[in-house]
Amino acid sequence: MSTVVGVVVFPGTNCEMDAVEAVDGLGGSGRLLWHGDDDLSGVDAVIVPGGFAHGDYLRPGAIARFSPAMEAVARFAADGGPVVGICNGFQVLTEAGLLPGALQKNSGLKFLCRPATVRVETTNSSLTVEAVVGAELSIPINHFEGNYTCDERTLKQLREEDRIVLRYVGNPNGSIDDIAGVCNEARNVVGLMPHPERACNELLGSTDGVVLIRSLLAATA
Amino acid sequence: MQFSVLVDIRLRGGISDPAGATIERALPVLGYEGIAGVTVGKTIRFTIEAADAEAARVAAAELTESFLTNPVIEDAELTVEAMSPESGR
Repeated sequence: MSTVVGVVVFPGTNCEMDAVEAVDGLGGSGRLLWHGDDDLSGVDAVIVPGGFAHGDYLRPGAIARFSPAMEAVARFAADGGPVVGICNGFQVLTEAGLLPGALQKNSGLKFLCRPATVRVETTNSSLTVEAVVGAELSIPINHFEGNYTCDERTLKQLREEDRIVLRYVGNPNGSIDDIAGVCNEARNVVGLMPHPERACNELLGSTDGVVLIRSLLAATA
Repeated sequence: MQFSVLVDIRLRGGISDPAGATIERALPVLGYEGIAGVTVGKTIRFTIEAADAEAARVAAAELTESFLTNPVIEDAELTVEAMSPESGR
């Protein structure tokens, strides 16, 4: 049986089909999960995809975190289930307290939509188990609030505990310590601003996201 | 008793404020000199039913901290005022 990856859909989410397509293309089975349902119906992993959940009103992710589906995702994560938040999904996970820090507006004042190069910093996370430390991947970014920030104590902790999963090569948005993705203490919850699901097919210009999505599928096994 | 609450939300020092920076940069072009430190925040207003001003302040502060702001990047100042029944405000 193929690995079932639940993809949470909020009003305003717009990358859910990209995520399903990427998962399906790699032998998994993507399943959409409506934000109003508090039942993950037995999925093996969860992707919180990109978009503008609840219009990003108040702050990106601020309202989405109160959705019944997020309570279920929090329980799933607490039980060790792999959860990946991509872009807006990363913002949702920080607002929900499943990941530390916050995403502030890009330092360069611009919405960024272009390929970015990121370096794999650890293979000890549900998104990078099949990757290689030091590997540089070309993965698109598409955000205005992607500038990762956290207090000094949190940053020290992230560094010491090897929880910085991906770093930008040529920081595009001002993120502290070039951080593009981080994981939680248990390493099963990962958030990243780049979109690996949009880099899984040659037609889209890069297949560098494959290793990350494949890692997520492997993390459930 | 009804109280009106105003939540004045500001980005913390050092947090990127592209809107503030863009406005400040435009000012000299428009002929406004000597203006600095432009920041853009947001205000949220609502009314709250509470036994007294202190209870209203405590409830509003809890709401502000748990939902209206993200303490990692934002600070907020609360103004709580009793509403007179006849004014409706």
